[in-house]
Formats: sequence, C-alpha cells, structure tokens
Amino acid sequence: MYGRKVKFRFFFIILILLSLILSVFLVLKSLEENVIFFKSPSEVKFLEEVKNKKIRIGGMVKLDSIEMSSDEVNFIITDFKNEINVSYSGVVPNLFSEGKGVVAEGYLKDRIFFEASKILAKHDENYMPPEVKAALEEN
Amino acid sequence: MLKFFEPNKIFLITSKAPKYVMTLFIVVLSIGLVESLILSPEDYKQSHSVRIMYVHVPAAWISLGIFSSITILSLSGYIFKNKNFFLIAKSLAPSGLVFNIVALVTGSIWGKPTWGTWWAWDARITSMLILVLFYLMYLLAWRIFENKEKVFKITTIITIFGIINVPIIKYSVDWWNTLHQPASINILSKSSIHSSMLFPLIIMTAAFALFSLLIFLMKYNTELIKIKNKGLDRL
Repeated sequence: MYGRKVKFRFFFIILILLSLILSVFLVLKSLEENVIFFKSPSEVKFLEEVKNKKIRIGGMVKLDSIEMSSDEVNFIITDFKNEINVSYSGVVPNLFSEGKGVVAEGYLKDRIFFEASKILAKHDENYMPPEVKAALEEN
Repeated sequence: MLKFFEPNKIFLITSKAPKYVMTLFIVVLSIGLVESLILSPEDYKQSHSVRIMYVHVPAAWISLGIFSSITILSLSGYIFKNKNFFLIAKSLAPSGLVFNIVALVTGSIWGKPTWGTWWAWDARITSMLILVLFYLMYLLAWRIFENKEKVFKITTIITIFGIINVPIIKYSVDWWNTLHQPASINILSKSSIHSSMLFPLIIMTAAFALFSLLIFLMKYNTELIKIKNKGLDRL
C-alpha cells in the first residue's frame, strides 16, 4: 500500500523510540534512589549512613501518637511494619492528622529518632463530600 | 490518501468554525464553573480547597493530550511526508503550553494549603516541569529555524524526546514514592472520587478542550492565510 520509503521511515522512528525508551529506563532505574521523594520507616532500617544526611521519611501518622506541647510536636510515623519517632518544632500543615499520610524532612538522630525541620502532609486520592464520609464510617 | 490537501477548501470550514466553538465554549464553561464553584460539595478533608482540582486536573490532562497529539502528528508528518500535519501540530502547541503552566501554577497554589509547601521536587511535579521545557523548545524551534525542511525535522526530534516523558508523568505516582497522590480516576477500576465531584471535573475538561480547539483554529487559520499570501509555499 505504502512505498518502501514510508516503511523505512516508520521502522526508523520505531527504532529510535525503542532505544530512547530503553536508555531512559536504564537511567531512571539507576537513579531510583534519587527519584523517590521519601523513604519508608522500613527502608530507613537498612540505611548504611544514618547521621548527618538530610532525608525525608514518609508514612502514616500512627493513631493516638501526636503529642503537642507549647513548642514541639511529637508523633510516630509508621508503615505498619516499622515505626520512627519524630520531633518537630514549628507549624504543621492543615491536613496533618492521625491516621493520615505525612512526609517529614530532617535528620536521623539514630534509627528510631528523627528530628524534622519540615513537615508536609500527604493526602490520598479519595475525594468525597463530608456526608458520604460520615455514612461510610457508620457502616 | 494523504496527498490531497487544498488550503482553500480547509480554510472554508476552519474560518467559520471559531464562532460556533466560541459559543459552545462559553456555554460549557459557565455550566462547569457553576457546577465546580457552587453546586459541587466540599471535600471531607480538604474542604473548599478541593475546588482547585477542577482547574488543575483538566489543565494537566489537556497539556498531556496535546503533547501526545503533537508527537503523533509530527511523526505521521515525517513518515508520510505531509506538511499539513506539521502545521496542525504547530497550531496546537501554544494552548498545550498554557495549560501545562496553568497545571503547575494551580498545583502550587493547591499544594500550599494541603501539603504545606509551594513546591516539592517529587517525580510528578518535576516531570511536569520538564514537559514545559519541551513545549518551550518545540515552540522556539519554530521561531528560530527559517528553513521549512529543517524545522520539520527538528520539531519531530523534540517531540520524540518529549513523548518519553509523558508515560513517566502518568506513572510517576505509581512507580516511585511521591508527595503527589496517585490517580483518582481509573478507567478499568472504580474511581476513588465521588460522582458529585467527578461530574464538574468532566465538564471543566470539556470546556478546556473546547478552548484549546478555539485557539487551535485561530492559529491554524493564520497559518493557512500565510500560505495563501505567499502563494509559493504550496503544500
């Protein structure tokens, strides 16, 4: 139907695309450590270098773990396997609450204690009106 | 099949279309704005700031869709040696860039009250920023290079490199830990967004798509008039 030249150009494009996809995949694969925005508490357990490196830890705020005092907030980040105690002095975002996602940026003191310099709230992909949420909780 | 292209015949249709598209756009946008700003409910967690979604998400969709279309058009233009495809791609690009920037800016405005930061270098946001750079490269290439054959080749190369980024944007939230939440709308499985919020989202997407179509028609008409005036640049 189409001439030979058209076919050649078509396969030429396909080849370029395949090689580009492969190379981008390999680059991203090797950079994965830097592409991820935060580590989970379980991943922190296997970190070699613990101190003096700014990292982000993400997970859920453990239920009933938030303790607010006048100048400090303490809470526990959990991924339901491992936990990390976080202390932070500053203003927390509006969506920061127990049982919800959070990302803390700062320095590890040791493998269980984390001193955060910044707290970000991570929200999930569920959107619904308050009435629906209330009805869901009743069930 | 693709050899027949007469600027005059196309112009007869595309020169009349904008006013109808404009009317439809205004109607759909008004419905969309009323739905999203007044009638739709607030979110159980984010309350009213969830309304930014009705601009943010459609803008991001449209910018991704337009970049994909530009790539398909450029590649087809290269494979079938059809110059009209390149002109359509060129006319589509500006609205794609604008919606890409809109998505980034509204995302930033949304991020401050919800996440607690204007900007984060997470995979989704960074890859969207890279898409803006590709749009800029694409549009600048059309400005810089005078030679038509050269500009066709260079813009095609830019789209080939840029299209790799599109699936990365789409799946970044699934492949890596990101601050950005995963997709709420899934074609295959049940969406995690309530139907009362999904409806205004779809209307706003339709409105933005109509706006892109309007800008595209205006740009494309300009291109056709340029060809007509020159007379020598027959396609």
